[in-house]
This record gives sequence, structure tokens and C-alpha cells, in this order.
Amino acid sequence: MQDVNWTALVVFVALFGFITWLGFAAAHWRKGDLDLLHEWGLGGRRFGTLITWFLVGGDLYTAYTFIAVPALAFGAGAVAFFAVPYTIMIYPILFLAFPRLWRVCHKRNYITAADFVRGRFGNRWLALAITLTGLVATMPYIALQLVGLQVVIGGLGVSGSGLWGDLPLIIAFVVLAAFTYSSGLRAPASIAIVKDILIYITAFAAVIVVPIQLGGFDKIFAAVPPAKVLLAVPGANTTGAYGNYATLALGSALALFLYPHSITGILSASSGHAIRRNAALLPGYTLLLGLLALLGFFAIAAGVANLAEYAAGFKQFGNNFAVPALFLHSFPSWFVGVAFAAVGIGALVPAAIMSIAAANLYTRNIHREFINANPSDREEAQMAKWVSLIVKFGALVFIIFVPTQYAIQLQLLGGIWIIQTVPAVLLGVYTRWFNDWALLVGWAAGTIAGTAMAAATSFTPTYPLAIDGWTFPGYSALYTLVLNLLLAFVLTPVFNAISASRPDATVAADYRA
Amino acid sequence: MDRQGERRSGWSWWYLLFVIQFVAVLWPPFYNKLEPTLWGVPFFYWYQLACVVVGAILTAIVYFATDD
Repeated sequence: MQDVNWTALVVFVALFGFITWLGFAAAHWRKGDLDLLHEWGLGGRRFGTLITWFLVGGDLYTAYTFIAVPALAFGAGAVAFFAVPYTIMIYPILFLAFPRLWRVCHKRNYITAADFVRGRFGNRWLALAITLTGLVATMPYIALQLVGLQVVIGGLGVSGSGLWGDLPLIIAFVVLAAFTYSSGLRAPASIAIVKDILIYITAFAAVIVVPIQLGGFDKIFAAVPPAKVLLAVPGANTTGAYGNYATLALGSALALFLYPHSITGILSASSGHAIRRNAALLPGYTLLLGLLALLGFFAIAAGVANLAEYAAGFKQFGNNFAVPALFLHSFPSWFVGVAFAAVGIGALVPAAIMSIAAANLYTRNIHREFINANPSDREEAQMAKWVSLIVKFGALVFIIFVPTQYAIQLQLLGGIWIIQTVPAVLLGVYTRWFNDWALLVGWAAGTIAGTAMAAATSFTPTYPLAIDGWTFPGYSALYTLVLNLLLAFVLTPVFNAISASRPDATVAADYRA
Repeated sequence: MDRQGERRSGWSWWYLLFVIQFVAVLWPPFYNKLEPTLWGVPFFYWYQLACVVVGAILTAIVYFATDD
């Protein structure tokens, strides 16, 4: 590993110190009683359009995204750009469905998607399925945020062997755990403002400065191997790379807002209007992500992979080191510090929200449902705070002791699992037509089939579906969602005939403004 | 009475504008090409980035048209 970059390190540590202070100070921001779960875990549902923009933007466009998408462009080329159509299509979904979800959750004091499903369908086992799916999909996602943090710490030249080498990561996480415990969702909300401003500055600087250094976009794209610039044109009897690209984008878009951390971010908005406005404003981050994806090509054109000083970084972090190497290569040290802090802080914001979301899920939908049905408000909030600590500690242990590859594979599976909650949550917002047991069977079938598909393709996201001499390679999550929906659709009349429908705790007026 | 019925159904024809955003990006053969380039950026990339802006504008139009 290269020598410690002191200037960058000082800037990095200073910015980290600032957001640490901010995280603790946030407890007093829009003051609420943090002994209530909706105050600690949803910021009192008080964030207006602007804060929601920062919070949800900081929540969805994570540090790992900013490292991994350019890394994919660097390694695999055009397919990495699926992140753009993906994050275009999420916004119509956000606009249409989630103000309704917000309103019913606000009216009934639901904190999680599983709370909603419990009320809507009256089936605790279906709600448990939604809860467990959310928890297992979130855990590896938290761990991956640490990967983003590890890469930039490595890029600063801070290294060591054994536990000593992990010390910076451990410190960052202890700080994160402490301010999340004390301030709840207000901490990531306030820090997201700093993080997002830093990341916008970094991205726009990179997109302007690096092409000038490299002699323009013409030269950059000329340096990229032609096979990487465009998607491969499919051969005979297959939808090839086109099918992969479109299904990855659509499937990811359907899944994204069902992640517990997305729902936590959305439910903390102060109104359905704030959510609708954000559907038009959040694409600003998609533009940012698209520009950052191009950094992968910049890194190819700059030839960082062949420079001796970055060889150790690439060896340790693989293609994920492409963006840090590009920054080290192209910018003065102080700006490297700013850029790396943007990524590092960008890891803490989603990690905090994810751990809060997981804590809300456990507290509401497992502990309260199955262990202690009548906690006091204080006990409930206290439980969530403890769980948030345990969740983060688990992620830290995971990333230190388990190969990163497993976290990546688990996160891939998480996407396949979370999309199976579309019928109950996303369609449930519109209709109570489905039978709860039919939904549960559909969920189980989709989850099992999706896991099997991923295992059969050695944990790659796409599965080559073969029908009648044609091959349709596509995102397993989307294929198994179709199976899930079909089963839920066919079995609903069957189950309705067997047993009486359960009561719906919500009424139509709950969903309207 | 009519207005209330309209609100109750929750549907607006303006929502059809969202369909454009899906169609525009879900058919890769349409945009998987180099030419025309824009400032040296292949069509594939600048087209999709342009779709982000168009999508945001369409969403804003729907927001103002359906705001109640």
C-alpha cells in the first residue's frame, strides 16, 4: 500500500469530526421525545420536502453505489449504466404508491412495512415474512457500506495488519453507533445534508476536471475497449445483453423502495406532498450517479490500473479501487480528502438509517408481536436503540471476519428476496383483493425459486431462462416476482373458498389526502 | 359531486406521462449505439442521462397537474 497521504487524511478526519459533532447535536434538532419510537426511529415524521430530499438521497444512493457502479463500468463496461434507467423508473413508483403508504402509516401509527401488512391483511405470519425478508435483506447491505469505507481508508494509505488494520473502520463504526443510539433518525438526516453537498461537489469537479486533463470525452471513450462502450448485440434466439439490461433495471426499480431503509426514509417525511415533490426532485441524484458511473471510464483512460503506486490498492480491493485511484491520480491531496470524506460519510448515512430500520422492524414486528405485546412507549424505544447497536455490531464483525465476496452475494440475494414483498406491500397499498395466505405462499415460492436461480448461476444476478428454443437472460428477481404474483393470483380464490377473509384494520379514507 | 368522485377513484389521465419514462429506457436496442455523439459522449450515455432530466420534468408536470 502507498504511503499515508497526510494532507488528505487531515481533511478527511476533520470532516469526520464535524459530522460526529453534528450527529450528536442532531438530538436537539426539531426537538421531540426520543423515548417514543416514532420520534427516535422516524424523526417524528417531521421532515419537509428539502430535508427529505437530502435524507432519501443520502439513503438510497449509498457509498457502496458510488464505489461499485463506476467499478462495474471500469471492469464490465456499458452494463453498469443500468443504474440510470433503474433510478429513473423508481420515481413514478414513488410518486404513485408511496404517498398512499405514508398516509395510512401516519393515520395508524405504522412504523414499518410489516406494520402495514399486519393491519391490512390481519395475518401475523405474513407480517413476519415481510419482517424477516426486510431484516435479512438489510444486514448485508449495511456490511457493504463498510466496504465503501474500507476502500477509501485504504486509499488514504492507512493500513496495517490484522485487527490493527481494521481499527479506523472500528472507530468510525463506534462513532456511528453512538450517535445513532442517542439521536435516532435525526442524526443521519442532518449528516446527509453535509454528505450530499460534498458528493455533489466531488462528482461535478471530477466530471469537469478529469476530462480536461485527459483531453476530452472523445479521447476517454477512444481509450475504452470497444466491447465495453456498448452492450453486446444479442445473437440468434436470445434477448442477450438487452434482456439483462432491461430486466435488471426494472427489477431493481420495483425492489428499491421496499427495502426497510427506503421505507424508513419515506415515512419520516412530513406529508404525502413532500414525497410527491421529491419524486420530481430526487432524479438530481440519478444524474449524479450517471456521471459518477462515467468515472469508471475515466479510470480506464487515465490508466490507473497500470500505475505501480496503485497496484497494492487494486490487489486488495479489486475494481472497487478504480475511483479512489482516479482521485489520487487526478486531484491535489486536500481535494482527495474531501472526495474520500464524501464517500466515507456517504457510508455512515445509509448504514445508520438501515440499522434504525432494522431496529424498528425487530421491535415492532417481532418483539411486540411475539414476545411482549404491551411494552410501554419508553421500553419500545429503548429496545429499538439496543437493537440498532446489535445490528451494526453484527455488520462490523461480518465485514472484518468474512470475505467481502459473501457480503456481495448476500446483498444480491437480498434484492431477490425483498422484491417478493411487492404483492403484499406495493399492491397492498392499492388493493385488499389478495388472500393473505395466497400472498404468503407466493412469497415463499418466489423466495425459494429466486435463491435457487442465484445458486444455479453461481451468485450472479441474471438467469438464462430458456423457453421453446429461445433464451431470455434476465434478472432472477423479476422472473421470480412473476411466479410469486401468479401464485398469489391463482390461490386467492382457492383460499378464500376454504376460510373466511380476515378483517382489514385500515379503511379507504386512510389512504387519501 | 363529480370532483369528489374524481378524487375518490385516485386515477388521473396525467399518470400516462409516466409510461413514457418506462418505454424510453426499457428498450435497449433503441439507444445502444455510438452515434450521434454529444461532446464526444456516445449516444448510449447521453441519451439515458437526458432521460433522467425528461423524466424529472414529466414527473413535475404530473405533480402540478394532479395536485389537490
